[in-house]
Amino acid sequence: MHLVVWRAHEDRFLNWDVIFHWLPKLLDGAGLTLQLVAFSVATGLLLAFPLGMARASSHAWLRAFPYLYIFVFRGTPLLVQLFIIYYGLAQFEWVRHGPLWPYLREPYWCAVITMSLHTAAYVAEILRGAIQAVPAGEIEAAYALGMSKRKALQHIVLPRAVRIGLPAYSNEVILMLKGSALASTITLMDLTGMARTIIARTYLPVEIFFAAGMLYLAMSYILITVFRLLERKLQSNG
Amino acid sequence: MIDLHGFTPALIFGTLMTIKMAFSALALGLLLGMAGALAKTSSSSFLRWLGNCYSSVVRGVPELLWVLLMYFGTVNAMRTLGAALGMPDLALSPFAAGTLALGMCFGAYATEVFRGALIAIPVGQGEAGRALGMGRVRVFFSILLPQMWRIALPALGNLFMILMKDTALVSVIGMGELMRTTQRAVTVTREPFTFYLTAALIYLMLTVISMIGLHWLERRASRGLARA
Repeated sequence: MHLVVWRAHEDRFLNWDVIFHWLPKLLDGAGLTLQLVAFSVATGLLLAFPLGMARASSHAWLRAFPYLYIFVFRGTPLLVQLFIIYYGLAQFEWVRHGPLWPYLREPYWCAVITMSLHTAAYVAEILRGAIQAVPAGEIEAAYALGMSKRKALQHIVLPRAVRIGLPAYSNEVILMLKGSALASTITLMDLTGMARTIIARTYLPVEIFFAAGMLYLAMSYILITVFRLLERKLQSNG
Repeated sequence: MIDLHGFTPALIFGTLMTIKMAFSALALGLLLGMAGALAKTSSSSFLRWLGNCYSSVVRGVPELLWVLLMYFGTVNAMRTLGAALGMPDLALSPFAAGTLALGMCFGAYATEVFRGALIAIPVGQGEAGRALGMGRVRVFFSILLPQMWRIALPALGNLFMILMKDTALVSVIGMGELMRTTQRAVTVTREPFTFYLTAALIYLMLTVISMIGLHWLERRASRGLARA
């Protein structure tokens, strides 16, 4: 194993014609990517709130299931989860004859299911950390003012937690965007899948990966901007 | 138990490679992340712009793409460099390419985490240190860093576990870590569920060890902190 420190002096001429020629196909792939991400983020967020709140609860019995769920889905790579759901499940007779088979045989739905479950685990953990990071003094003040636990949760803890957890959550949404690239490994023609197919035909990895990278950057930039605006809007002083 | 058809030694070796890869990239990533966070919160607008570029561009592109780019895209550059240095076959090994790519990606995320942690420390802390006559560097290492560390740790823990799973991506460029070994086993034995489940269990085991370590670190870092 030799570790080589590398500095790029790229003085090369990128083959722009190839990029423009294949741009429409790449945009198609980007469209599918956005679909996958939107679906998975929404579903994952819905799952994450009850999970995260239960995980942050003071009751041990309430914490158990979320803990196990988060543990399993955070502890294994998305790639393995995808393969288990897409390739592994198809191995079983009762799955192939079951009611969910029309969905489980489609790579699209397998990807959405896997990504939703995956992101729910991470967001729940972020929410847990944020809830526990709400300053103790604010919560005590809420109780001192006579708020019930539910009221304190609704008016003080959750809003504050959301503000605290927002940078980490923006991380997670963009992670989902990149995670969607793995869908290309189960034959989905998302942006990465499209790029790999084009490269197989044109043998120009740098140009096509550059173009795909630029498209991902554009999508991430939009997301980052949205979150930055959100952060600014919700910012508490000090 | 699960019948692994004699692939156990190969899987163990793959696991060791995964661990090596993860720590290699972690070291690079923490350095880059800290540097990035300092750049982003510095008073120099050029450094702020640089830090922003680094974290935005690298975060915006999938790790898979970076790994592929670092390995396939650098062939020409490395060959040119090698010709200049008298080593005609200079190239990045899959391990090196993977370390660079994953370390770079980790660093970009760690920048945001460290920045958030830096911002979360009340300004008064640093001011008090300066008022006591401490130099900037001393203030950073004695006052800011320990508190940053505590706040950043859960998120960094998240990132490390993501990193460890991302090492699976390096299987795509032929590195013999756990995922690649598993795929080889699946091709030979035609039992995807068995082997992917085994791989999942191994990653879970690695996660357990990491989580124990992180829990201990979090406890240590949070000693003396009040919780409601």
